[in-house]
This record gives sequence, structure tokens and C-alpha cells, in this order.
Amino acid sequence: MKEIVRMKKLIPNFNEMVIYHPYIAKKARGGQFVIVRADDTGERIPLSISDYNREEGTITIVFEEAGVSTRKLAMRKEGDVLPTVAGPLGTPSSIEKFGKVLLIGGCYGIGAIYSIEKELKEMENTVIVGIEARSSAFLFWREKHINCADAFYPLTRDGSEGLKGHVDAIIDRVIQDFGNIDRVFAIGCTLMMKKVAEKTKPLGIKTIVNLNPIMIDGTGMCGVCRVNVGGKMKFACVDGPDFDAHEVDWDVLIMRKKAYVDEEMTSLMMMECMKDF
Amino acid sequence: MPKEIKLERVPMPKQSPEVRRKNFLEVALGYTPELAMEEAKRCLQCKKPLCVQGCPVEINIPAFIKHIVEGDFDKAIRKLKEKNLLPAVCGRVCPQEEQCEKFCVLEKKGAPIAIGRLERFSADWEAKTGKLQIPEISPPTGKKVAIVGSGPAGLTIASDLIQFGHSVTVFEALHAPGGVLTYGIPEFRLPKEIVYREVDFIKKLGVNLMLDFVVGMTATLDELFEEFDAVFLGTGAGLPWFMEIEGEHYNGIYSANEYLTRNNLMRGYEFPKSDTPIKRAKRVAVIGGGNVAMDSARTALRLGAEEVRIVYRRSRAEMPARLEEIENAEEEGVIFEFLTLPKRYIADDFGWIKEIECIRMRLGEPDASGRRRPIPIEGSEFRIPVDAVVVSIGQSPNPLIPKTTKGLETGKWGNIVVDPKTGKTSKKGVWAGGDVVRGGATVILAMGDARISARSIHQYLVEGIW
Ligand SMILES: Cc1cc2nc3c(=O)[nH]c(=O)nc-3n(C[C@H](O)[C@H](O)[C@H](O)COP(=O)(O)OP(=O)(O)OC[C@H]3O[C@@H](n4cnc5c(N)ncnc54)[C@H](O)[C@@H]3O)c2cc1C
Ligand SMILES: Cc1cc2nc3c(=O)[nH]c(=O)nc-3n(C[C@H](O)[C@H](O)[C@H](O)COP(=O)(O)OP(=O)(O)OC[C@H]3O[C@@H](n4cnc5c(N)ncnc54)[C@H](O)[C@@H]3O)c2cc1C
Ligand code: SF4
Ligand code: SF4
Ligand code: FES
Repeated sequence: MKEIVRMKKLIPNFNEMVIYHPYIAKKARGGQFVIVRADDTGERIPLSISDYNREEGTITIVFEEAGVSTRKLAMRKEGDVLPTVAGPLGTPSSIEKFGKVLLIGGCYGIGAIYSIEKELKEMENTVIVGIEARSSAFLFWREKHINCADAFYPLTRDGSEGLKGHVDAIIDRVIQDFGNIDRVFAIGCTLMMKKVAEKTKPLGIKTIVNLNPIMIDGTGMCGVCRVNVGGKMKFACVDGPDFDAHEVDWDVLIMRKKAYVDEEMTSLMMMECMKDF
Repeated sequence: MPKEIKLERVPMPKQSPEVRRKNFLEVALGYTPELAMEEAKRCLQCKKPLCVQGCPVEINIPAFIKHIVEGDFDKAIRKLKEKNLLPAVCGRVCPQEEQCEKFCVLEKKGAPIAIGRLERFSADWEAKTGKLQIPEISPPTGKKVAIVGSGPAGLTIASDLIQFGHSVTVFEALHAPGGVLTYGIPEFRLPKEIVYREVDFIKKLGVNLMLDFVVGMTATLDELFEEFDAVFLGTGAGLPWFMEIEGEHYNGIYSANEYLTRNNLMRGYEFPKSDTPIKRAKRVAVIGGGNVAMDSARTALRLGAEEVRIVYRRSRAEMPARLEEIENAEEEGVIFEFLTLPKRYIADDFGWIKEIECIRMRLGEPDASGRRRPIPIEGSEFRIPVDAVVVSIGQSPNPLIPKTTKGLETGKWGNIVVDPKTGKTSKKGVWAGGDVVRGGATVILAMGDARISARSIHQYLVEGIW
């Protein structure tokens, strides 16, 4: 258990990691996450379950090399056993037959939306997928999405692949092609999710986002992951991470995510220095 | 021969306040063999020892003390372990002044026997000399028990049940065992080495430990029955409360659980050697008056704070923390703001806590808890400048398991309801004990509950009758 069975560099700073953990693979559902520690002094970091394979007993995570913890994780090798892989955590996404559903993934969300996409498809929804990045070189998992979804819209900010512009352009185009949309799911960096929320609110399309505040235990024990949703304090690790995008207080979330920026820099500099010795 | 009664407790050496407020090493240093024997000699060896009724696990106190008087420390520890799996822990953290020592006949004379210190001495002696006794284990029964949670309740019942011959697996949500002993109580009060030593001991007995396994999520309680014949829930009271006042989302405001977990479990004080950061704030306010608040305040000092305040809405007399810990905090320079209630938090432009607006209180008539109710004094608002706040106003059991299990009765605060005589819950084959039943209580009460459930589980597994 907790063994890395496959690892792949997707794009320069993104990795795909397949972990053998039959318990988690058996229970995993779209929208859930695992807590991982890369080594014995490592932080506990939350990573979405991007895919799962119940027969093989594995889960797949996709992660960006953001700071020390994710870089350490990227340095692990196939065959290594991770000290901590705990989950599946969080409340699964609520999946029903909605009709026409648009999934938007940016950054790690290009991976994370997949587990939800798969389940929406099983429920016979019309599944439309949009993924976005700076430019073509930062997109991945195209084939996986094309094989699963009914329609696929890549977008790049520089126009090097697919639609050009910002995430709004995906929504506009899908509405143009499909008429109404019954539901939107968005996962990615906080700003992207906020943008989606701002776009769909006046259109009256119910939108679910998978929030990514700082976490420690992931079981409701510390309260660091608290977010304001609909004017109430919620613990994202147990009450979420899925929430109604139009109820989220985005400013609080963005502010709280910056709590340790100085320390994260220190940590990263230490790691870079150590490399030279 | 009439014995002269010495009315002075032998003091236990401690690090001086000036030194210890800057390090995470244990504050109390423990008795030497000579000091222990000197203190033990004061015990009157009462025929009807009142002290014993004050101990929730009924340790034969005069008997273990007698062995210390005789200098036979091995026998002393064996006597203790007949009743208590974790003497090194209890000797340190039991509220003895309300338990065993409160009932000691010498208490009225103002100098009860220092039972806790003697207990701690015996356990440390065993650890130092390395003569660990492995108890006898009954022949295998073929029955399997799952224990959920590796706090004092879980560790105790695991040890009891494996000695009865059952196969035992402990499931723990976190990556390290010990429960609050590991993530909550700081190193300077309970070195983690002691906790790991005890965990090692139950592993040596053959207990299987599954870390990073969140029951309710990784497998549900009902799914555990596919493999196990009985389940004990010792999942503690880990859900932190907030006051739900204005500004509680600002950066720099922590629950005590977050603050202590970052520091103890994740070793934040060693950052960047360990990867989990903790802020080294200069002016810290801790809201609350219990043991958890004292631990948070003293942790803040050790992280380099210049000014640490305890903000408590009642007066000193009502503080639930142990007297010894309040005194330790005072000696180390923690400032106490009694009869004070936070009303809202004020942040700087970047969302970092800057000030707390508080209101002064006075004490009115006693409330349901028997303590005098604090009443705000109109117009007494004032502000305390801070750069970190630790909210330590209480916690309740985590709802993860009740939420994912059918037929498990819970009470008003989410606590699991049990029959106190057996520890049985409303669900067949499931027992519970410790903080998940009592809310925030004590280590020794959790261990006492575990012992009661162990007997009941054993009987159930042997006789098959619920
Ligand atoms: C529910 C959830 C699911 C997530 N899924 C993924 C995923 O599938 N792939 C992926 O690449 N990332 C995911 N993240 C974000 C990921 O957890 C952070 O990128 C990671 O913790 C950064 O750690 P670091 O040490 O590498 O970087 P750092 O330099 O420590 O931090 C970079 C930024 O990441 C955030 N962060 C830091 N520590 C934590 C923490 N303990 N918990 C959460 N965020 C933190 C902060 O905003 C910080 O500014 C998810 C977050 C959440 C809450
Ligand atoms: C800071 C602090 C200081 C304290 N000081 C004292 C003191 O001086 N003296 C004293 O007597 N008492 C003290 N207490 C109280 C004492 O620690 C508790 O009463 C005692 O630890 C309760 O033991 P327990 O075994 O019931 O639960 P806990 O010690 O809380 O252990 C429960 C364990 O279960 C695990 N768990 C929870 N849910 C799950 C799940 N779903 N699946 C798997 N595992 C799970 C948790 O991670 C945890 O490890 C203090 C408490 C705190 C927080
Ligand atoms: S276990 Fe606690 S109450 Fe009992 S004798 Fe020891 S210190 Fe006293
Ligand atoms: S009551 Fe006090 S003096 Fe008497 S046996 Fe107990 S500890 Fe000794
Ligand atoms: S991560 Fe600790 S409560 Fe959510």
C-alpha cells in the first residue's frame, strides 16, 4: 500500500502519479482528495483524486510543482512507498442526471475534473469539457478527456491551441454551441474558479467549485481550511471541498491562501541551497 | 513505633522559568532515586488508603510506594502496571490535585503524598534501565477486534484485549499514533519519546497498527465488520469550536488544535528543518482558560513571543486548567486577562489580525455548571494589539463516523451515547470510550473507560451474547 506504481511527467512542471492503495481505490469518488506526505519531515498536503481504478486498486494524482512539498513528491520514484497517503477525504461531488454539464479544468484541475467527468458520463449526462492554460505546451490529458466527454474545448491564453482568451470564452462558446447549460463544475487555481463564478452567476447557471484552501489533517480537526460560504463558516475538508460557487466569499479564500507565503519562500530557498552541497 | 509525619512534599527539580520559556525541553525533570525514596517515606501506608478511591483506575497506591521506600523500583513499576498501562504519561498529566492526591489523608495537612511524581519516577526508571516486562498473553481466541483511534483509550484497550488472546488492529487517522498525547500536549509537558515508547510496547505485544486510515472514509464502520468481530471507538473530541464572531477568518487566528498540531505533530518549531511552517508571532492572545489554553500560551512563549495573554471570561477561581499548569504559565510570564470576552477581530489591509476588541465582564449568579455566570459590563470595550490569536474555547467529537454509520446514537454535542457500565453503544458489536463519549475529559478517564469496554468486549467474544 501507498506504493508509487507509475509516474509520468506531463508537462515540464506537472506530474502524474499512480499510487497503489486498494482501500482508497475502492471508495474514491469524484471531487474527493487524499492527504499526502512526500517524506518523513514532509507537510501534509491535499491532492485531488483525478482518477481511480477499482480493479487495479490504484488512484491517480496530478500535481503541479509549486513549492517544497510538491517538488519533493516529484523527486520520488516508481516503486517508492510514500509515508502518508490518507483518504479518500471530503464529501464526494453530488452527481445526478443534470442534462448538459460543462466541466472546466485549469492547472491541476485539468486532471482533477476527470473523476467527476467519468461519473457524470456514467449517469448519462451530456458532458462538455473545457480545459485552459497559458499556451498549448501546458495542456495535457487531451486524449483522456476526448475519449470520455461528448465535446471537448481546449483554450489557451495566447491562442496557440483551441479557443483564445480567458475562461469566459469557453462558457460563451459552449452556450453558443449547446444553447442552455444545466450545471457547471470548475476546478483549478482560485482566480480561475472565481472568474467562472462571476461569469455564470448573471447567467443563472448553478456552478460548483472544488475549493483549495490550506489544509493539515483533512478530517475536520484543525479548522485551518475554514471558508465563508453563504455567510457561514465551513470546513472545506469535510463540508466540501465542493461548494456553490455563487455563495463563496472569494476574497477571504484568496487572503487565507497567502498566509504562509514568506515561509514557503524560505522553505524553497533552503531546498535550493541544499542541492548545491 | 510512632512515626514522625513530615509535612513538606519533596520538591521535584524543574528547569527555571527564565530558561525553560525559551526551549521545548521538558519543564519538570523528575525525582532522583534518593528524592523519590525520601518522598515515598512520608506515606503513612494507611490501612484504608483513601488515595485509592481518587484514582479512576484504582492503582494500589500504598503498595507501589512501599516498593519505592524499599528501593525496589522494578516491583514498584510492576505494581503500577497491573492497573495502568501508561504510568509515565499519567504521572505527568493526571490532575492529581483533583484525584488521588486530593483524597490522601495528608491533604488536609496541606502536604499530600506526591503520588504522581512517584508514579512518573517509577515509569522513567523502568525506561532508563530498559528492563521492560512483556506480560503473558493468553492463547489465541481467533477473534478479531478493531480499535479506532490510538489515543490513551485506544492504546489501553488494545493492550488489554491482546492479552486476553484476541487479535487486535488499531486504526489511526493521522500519520502518528498517540492521539492528543502526540498532537496536542506539547513536548515540554510530555516528551513524545514517552508516547512512542508506549506505542512500541503495544506493538511488541503483537498489536497491528494501521496509520493514515480514516474510519468512515477509508472504510466505513460497517465495512470493518466484514473482517472484525467487535469494534471500539476511541476517536476523541477533535472538532475545534470557534466563537463565530466578526473577523474570525483573518490570518493569524488559529484554533488551538491547529496551533498545537502544527507545532507538536508537524514539528513546526523546527521549521524549516521540518516542512510545516508556524508563525513566530510577537504578541499572542489565547482565548480560554483550560489546559489547552495553557499549553497554547506556553507554546507561543517558546516560539519567541514577547507578550502572551490568556483572555478568559470568568475569574481565576473558575479556570478549568490544572493549578500546576496555571502556576507554570504565570512563572513563565504569561499575562492573564480575567473577566474579559473578545467581541470582534480587527485586521490590517492584508487581512492579518491586528487587534482584538474585548469587553470586560463581572460575575453574576451561578449558572447550570454551578460557576458564576459572566455578564458584560456595558461600555467597557477596549482593544488588545496582537499578531496572533489562538482560540481555545473547547471541542467536541468529530461527526465523521456517526455521519457515515447507521444506528449509532449520539447526544447533544455529537458525543456517542454508551451504557457506562459496559461501554456498549446503541449499535451491536460497537463499544466506545474516552473523549468521544465524555467530550474533552482526561487521559486517565479515557483509560478507565477503555478498561471497562475491554472486559465487556472480552465477555461478548467468549459468550457471543450482546
Ligand atoms: C482539496 C484540494 C485539492 C487539491 N488538489 C490538487 C491537485 O490535484 N494537484 C495540485 O497540484 N494541487 C492541488 N491542490 C493544491 C496543493 O495542495 C498545493 O499546491 C500544495 O499544498 C502546495 O505545497 P508546496 O509545498 O509544494 O507549495 P508551497 O510553496 O508550500 O505553497 C504554494 C501554494 O499552495 C498553497 N498551499 C500551501 N500549503 C498548502 C497546504 N498544506 N494545503 C493546501 N494548499 C497549500 C498555498 O496557497 C501556497 O501559496 C489542492 C488543494 C486542495 C485544498
Ligand atoms: C492540549 C491538550 C492538553 C491536555 N492536557 C491534559 C492533561 O494535562 N491531563 C489530562 O488528563 N488530560 C489532558 N487533556 C485531555 C486528554 O488529552 C484527553 O482527554 C485524552 O487524550 C482523550 O483520549 P482518547 O483516547 O479518548 O482520545 P484522543 O487522545 O483524542 O485520541 C483519539 C484518536 O483517534 C483518532 N481518530 C479520530 N477519528 C478517527 C477516525 N475516523 N478514524 C481513525 N482514527 C480517528 C484521532 O486522530 C486521535 O489520534 C488535554 C487535551 C489537550 C487537547
Ligand atoms: S493514574 Fe493518575 S489518579 Fe491514578 S494514581 Fe496515578 S496519577 Fe493518581
Ligand atoms: S492516603 Fe496518602 S498517606 Fe495514606 S496510603 Fe494513600 S498516599 Fe499514603
Ligand atoms: S484541514 Fe484541518 S479541519 Fe480541514
